[in-house]
Amino acid sequence: MESKETLVGQPVATRDLPAAKLSGATVRFGTYTAIEHLDLEIEAGAFYTILGPSGCGKSTLLRLVSDLIPAASGEVCVFGKSTEEARLAREFAFVFQDAALLPWRTALENVELPLEIGRKRNVRIPVGPRNPRELLELVGLKGRENALPHELSGGMRQRVAIARALLCQPKLLLMDEPFGALDEMTRDRLNLQLLEIWRETGTTILFVTHSISEAVFLGQKVIMLSANPGRLREVVDIELPEPREMKLRDTSDFTRHCAYLRELLETC
Amino acid sequence: MAVVETVLTTDLLIQARNTARRQKVTSVIVPIATAAALVALWQVGVKGFGVPTYIAPAPSDVAATFVDKFPLLMQNFWPTFFESVAGFVVGNLAAILIAVAFVHSRNVERAFFPIAVFVNTIPILAIAPILVLIFGPGMTAKVVIAALICFFPTLVNMVRGLQAVSPQTLELARILSASKSEVFWKMRLPSSLPFLFSALKISATTCVIGAIVGEWVGADRGLGALIIDATFNFNSPLLYATVLMSSGLSVLLFALVSLTERRIVRW
Repeated sequence: MESKETLVGQPVATRDLPAAKLSGATVRFGTYTAIEHLDLEIEAGAFYTILGPSGCGKSTLLRLVSDLIPAASGEVCVFGKSTEEARLAREFAFVFQDAALLPWRTALENVELPLEIGRKRNVRIPVGPRNPRELLELVGLKGRENALPHELSGGMRQRVAIARALLCQPKLLLMDEPFGALDEMTRDRLNLQLLEIWRETGTTILFVTHSISEAVFLGQKVIMLSANPGRLREVVDIELPEPREMKLRDTSDFTRHCAYLRELLETC
Repeated sequence: MAVVETVLTTDLLIQARNTARRQKVTSVIVPIATAAALVALWQVGVKGFGVPTYIAPAPSDVAATFVDKFPLLMQNFWPTFFESVAGFVVGNLAAILIAVAFVHSRNVERAFFPIAVFVNTIPILAIAPILVLIFGPGMTAKVVIAALICFFPTLVNMVRGLQAVSPQTLELARILSASKSEVFWKMRLPSSLPFLFSALKISATTCVIGAIVGEWVGADRGLGALIIDATFNFNSPLLYATVLMSSGLSVLLFALVSLTERRIVRW
């Protein structure tokens, strides 16, 4: 894997490619510029968190990478493909702020949804090593397979959404403040669970949050955006011992990172 | 300590259960008792003041007629039942299909929604004679009138229901590269069901009104025809019994729709 020499026209091994690459990407909504001339390279397999003041285009960045909104100018690639090609190949999955579960489907049926979309059109659906039941077990919902979303707590619903996102074994997982609406204890538990999933699956994660400590605790790198218009401010390396544990939060290294980001955030 | 606590919790549980049971019983008894009291008041009032039967019959007279004339009532019940149910099916089916077309294309909605509103503003009593003229005195006219009265509430609710999919669900559909028909069958249609059933509950009662109004205009069978007949003959007990029969029909249809809803809409 060290050798990066490939013949022209031959497929390049995925892990050598950046998970996402933005070159001069600009997003406009009418006359409003949400993101301006963003250059960013997301290294495959890493855990990135995205921080920034409100209105800096954190969610817009995820939506740009996931082909939900187009770039007005510039280029966005996901694993060397256009965002549309990557979407059609299900290379990435999205976890929304609210779980976006279908309320008439049980937890298990919600996880199975990606398998049903495109089946009748003979779309090739990539399937991960785990079936929907095993995924629910992975996120700690064994025994709740037949519960309807309204019978589950907010944290459980979000875990169902994560299981659904993992079904097609995405190489890039986009998460838009997935734990923003949860209480702190639930959030801490889910953070640990997410880190475990990340280590085990080897997927790349882009995680939007507005909690500084969450950003530091989860991220290997923190992408700091500044607002009006959204621009890249800095990509901060978070060098903390792995695997990360709860007690890490009480260390001075952790506090130092938080303090640095807080200062940076104030100037954004 | 633990024992005391357990005893206390058990006590509280029993208390809570008793309260719940009492509330359930009360919620059944209160409306029934109120209705019974009103009927009794009516009986006493009519008999006490010696009101003539043709002006206002006593509940006992109505009950006696209901039993005596039950074959006649049933004979007129079935035509109205079939007209109502046929109108319910036709009207709602049309409304659902047109709602789908509206959601599918903004232009279709722009073209036809004003017309739908216009048709809905014509009083059913005014449109009934027109329809009887067009379709003749048979059952068809009544079915069309019943269908027409069902149509509008379902159309409006169904359009809202089909659009009630959350923006994030639509984004999810896009991430999964879902086709338009997959979005429709897997997301829009199921999410419209609670809205659809609200509308169906309204039309379960109004379709009976439509059928009866149709029968008023011209029919020799059906509860509507019987109502007209009884009124002109000053047969008040029969009139009241027929009215009772037609609201019974509405309640029956409403209950059927509610039961179906409870089985289908579990979320």
